[in-house]
Amino acid sequence: MTGKITGISGPTVITDIKGLKLYERVFVGNAMLTGEVVRIEKDRSVVQVYEDTQGLAIDEPVQSTGMPLTVRLGPGLLSGIFDGLQRPLQRLKEESGPFIRGVKELSALDISGKWIFHAVRKKGEQVSTGEIIGYVKEGPFEHYISCPADVKGKIAWIAESEIHLDRPIGVMEDGSEIPGFYDWPVRVPLPYKRKYSPTEPLVTGQRSIDFLFTIAKGGTAIMPGGFGTGKTILDQSIAKFADIDIVVYAGCGERGNEMAELIEEFEMLADPWTKRTLMERTILCVNTSNMPVAAREASIYTAVTMAEYYRDMGLHVLFLADSISRWAEALREISSSLEELPGEEGYPTYLASRLSGFLERAGVVETNSGKTGSLSMILSVSPPGGDFTEPVTQSCLRTSGAFLMLDTSLAHRRHFPAINWFQSYSLYGAELLEHHAEKFMPEWEHALSTCKEILQKEEELREVAEIVGVEGLQDADRLLMHTAEMIRMKFLCQNAYTDDAFSPPARTLSIIKEILDFYKTADEKLKQGVQLDEILNEKKNK
Amino acid sequence: MRLFDHKYGTITSIAGPLLFVHDVMSARIGEVVKVQTPDNRQLDAEVLEIHGDTVLIEVFAETHGLDIKRTSVVFTDSVKRAPLSRDMIGRVFNGSFQPKDGFPMFLPEKWSPIAGFPMNPSARARPVDFIETGVSVIDGLNTLVKGQKLPVFSCAGLPSKEVVAAVLKNARLIGGKEGAREEYTTGHASDFIVVFAALGLTFYEYSFYKRVIDDMQSGFVAFVNMADEPVMERLLAPRFALSVAEYLAFDKGMDVLVIITDMTNYCDALREVSTAREELPGRRGYPGYMYSDLASLYERAGRIRGQQGSVTMLPVVTMPEDDITHPIPDLTGYITEGQIVLSRELHQKGIFPPVDVLPSLSRLMQRGIGKGHTREDHRHISNLLYKYYAKGRDLRRLEAIVGRDGMTENDKEMLNFADLFEREFIQQRAGRRSIIETLDTGFELLKQFKLEK
Repeated sequence: MTGKITGISGPTVITDIKGLKLYERVFVGNAMLTGEVVRIEKDRSVVQVYEDTQGLAIDEPVQSTGMPLTVRLGPGLLSGIFDGLQRPLQRLKEESGPFIRGVKELSALDISGKWIFHAVRKKGEQVSTGEIIGYVKEGPFEHYISCPADVKGKIAWIAESEIHLDRPIGVMEDGSEIPGFYDWPVRVPLPYKRKYSPTEPLVTGQRSIDFLFTIAKGGTAIMPGGFGTGKTILDQSIAKFADIDIVVYAGCGERGNEMAELIEEFEMLADPWTKRTLMERTILCVNTSNMPVAAREASIYTAVTMAEYYRDMGLHVLFLADSISRWAEALREISSSLEELPGEEGYPTYLASRLSGFLERAGVVETNSGKTGSLSMILSVSPPGGDFTEPVTQSCLRTSGAFLMLDTSLAHRRHFPAINWFQSYSLYGAELLEHHAEKFMPEWEHALSTCKEILQKEEELREVAEIVGVEGLQDADRLLMHTAEMIRMKFLCQNAYTDDAFSPPARTLSIIKEILDFYKTADEKLKQGVQLDEILNEKKNK
Repeated sequence: MRLFDHKYGTITSIAGPLLFVHDVMSARIGEVVKVQTPDNRQLDAEVLEIHGDTVLIEVFAETHGLDIKRTSVVFTDSVKRAPLSRDMIGRVFNGSFQPKDGFPMFLPEKWSPIAGFPMNPSARARPVDFIETGVSVIDGLNTLVKGQKLPVFSCAGLPSKEVVAAVLKNARLIGGKEGAREEYTTGHASDFIVVFAALGLTFYEYSFYKRVIDDMQSGFVAFVNMADEPVMERLLAPRFALSVAEYLAFDKGMDVLVIITDMTNYCDALREVSTAREELPGRRGYPGYMYSDLASLYERAGRIRGQQGSVTMLPVVTMPEDDITHPIPDLTGYITEGQIVLSRELHQKGIFPPVDVLPSLSRLMQRGIGKGHTREDHRHISNLLYKYYAKGRDLRRLEAIVGRDGMTENDKEMLNFADLFEREFIQQRAGRRSIIETLDTGFELLKQFKLEK
């Protein structure tokens, strides 16, 4: 169906097409800009345009597609760099140069590409929705091709070895086809059989997270912090070092130079777990702050749908977004251009429900093909003025499982990662303790509580020390202050630019163990009457 | 495309900079419109919203003297573009790209939409090339690199313009694998050029900058919007400046340093216009889209993989009430790659440039220093200086409570270090210091003290 533009206001366009569906994708104007129907009235519809509307004129055509906004899912997404609407940025660069001007419709997947297919089901076998019929090798992974929705029956023909994505991979006896790729609506989570509670830790290589505030595979965490608190560096470190199969990184409304740095580094660096290049396990979905705002709103959905797609291969996927505040701001801009009633700080009242709906897409699941996969999420939040009482942080807090608060005063002292150890928490700690005790260190729980206790006591003593000076404290207290400093400087601090950027569990444990052992023996010696200065001198001479 | 200009006399209402025009045929969003006033002036305007045949127009000039009957508007069927040519080098323009220096307009080589196009993130090159500003506290501790955007956060009454002038006079690029060998300064090479955008400047400030630019004898392009000139031009001038910068950088392969002062005036103009449009206000009355709007300027800094040329940006932000959490510095800090913060306390002590090292930061510094960029020991010296100074600053609070006599020897040393650091390293009255001099000064300072931790 085609119609005309009857009104334009910023990124919203009003059209006279009839018979549109809500959230249907439309093409707007002669330039064929992508838009989504956000409101339908009797004789007009409001369309949210995902691209720059400059130069769009009244009476230009609007075309409906009958489909919602979708992402294309199939082999070849890995190591791709996409924008918020899943346009492949590398190919876009080859076609239209270093600047994104007048956007063409480009398929996210290189459909002409060839793949080697290994069938696991044979001709004449009975298959139904969600069942795996075979796989192609995508980098180190087996990329499963499964039977799409609404297709079931006996296989009449199935491909062997070389396949092309634009041709069917299998044909059923009733004539229906199994394609190599398919399009899925971004706002609808991919289906799975059932969800489990997370039981396995996600090793990030960051000591303060792995030890103090463990995140679970399939869990969610948020990292709020004012500017300069190292959110992006921490995000990128986690993306580099996490013990995970696939990373989907959504650069949502952030800096272009940072993305350039990330891309260059990922192309060069190796995954510490598998030694292959990081890019091979990564999908980047980039919508920098100067790219269209409405596409920024869609970008996290685009990215998370791709993440779910790989989860369904039975893989562990980590979704990182930097930053979710920019997404919320995009939502606010769209909402205000639709003239909706604003809630707190101008954000729409559905902010909290959208966010919780989004965060619930994480989890450990049994996929339709019977495999177990997980999707974990770490979202950074940029609260204005570093004030955590603002709506985005508060809405995230209610649904996320871990809260890693990045502290401006720690950052000013160049304590990185600037995770505040008093305010942060992880709800997964208790469930993962058992796993930790079994796999890493039996006395994990004890070490953790001792460590927290020392840090807590230091805070109390610090106030006294500020008045009387450290020298005025008793030896036992001075020892505690000394140990706390060791914990802060040697254990919690981690320089992202040195080898220490990645700390495998063994190193994490040996450092904390060494510090706590020192504390224990020193404490015993103090009780036997040895002077603290002697103990410290002895340690220095070692 | 329309074959001829559309002219309408069907204005139905005027409010501040906004005009409603009725019965308009096929208007374009963002289309340039000329408004002809009853006294035959011609004003620039732009299409903001379209509802059927009613069009909302925003005028980029003072709208006094307009009326409904005799004012007419002409639709030009094109979006706003900047004329570009090498000939604009050495020229001064106003916020509407009209010559301000008495010479005639140049002949444009090409026209480019002033909003620019977003750079494809996969085409960006990571900024790594060191720019020597000649200011120790920037070069040594908050290094600027090519393609970076590093704002100066100032407070009312602080010498931000002197700091900017020092950078303008002394900035030079140091290239080559060997580090500090080949170099060219703003004064010498034709490939390094300054694009200067002054927004809402007083005459006094303008004449100061004018002298600096005249002394530089190097390539520059200036856009000047004075404090008493139209507010709308404050929104245009930086976009013209950046279009020019992108053209010189990516079409002509030059290294461009863009200085915009003062972004606070820009944001206030944005708020004023947003209020006139009756948009929902966000924090402190600034529009909710201010982050995206600021990003559309700041993000135009950068480099392209496999291409010559770069756009580096040094905007000046005056923090209202000295408050770094105010929306303007806050949103700026979220977009830019670090910040140089000026401090009232240091200024009172007579230290110039009064840069407060602790909240200042250059995010891209790590890649631009060390072997092959500056000197091998740069990172080490800068970390130690920062650490001891931070400690010394911390101890000053303790000193205020217990007095210097009640402190340990080491703490006293630390306090002395902080004082000397401010007086010898940050303080830099006359002239530039090369990066080697800066690092040597820092090293000497560290040697004088036996500091334990």
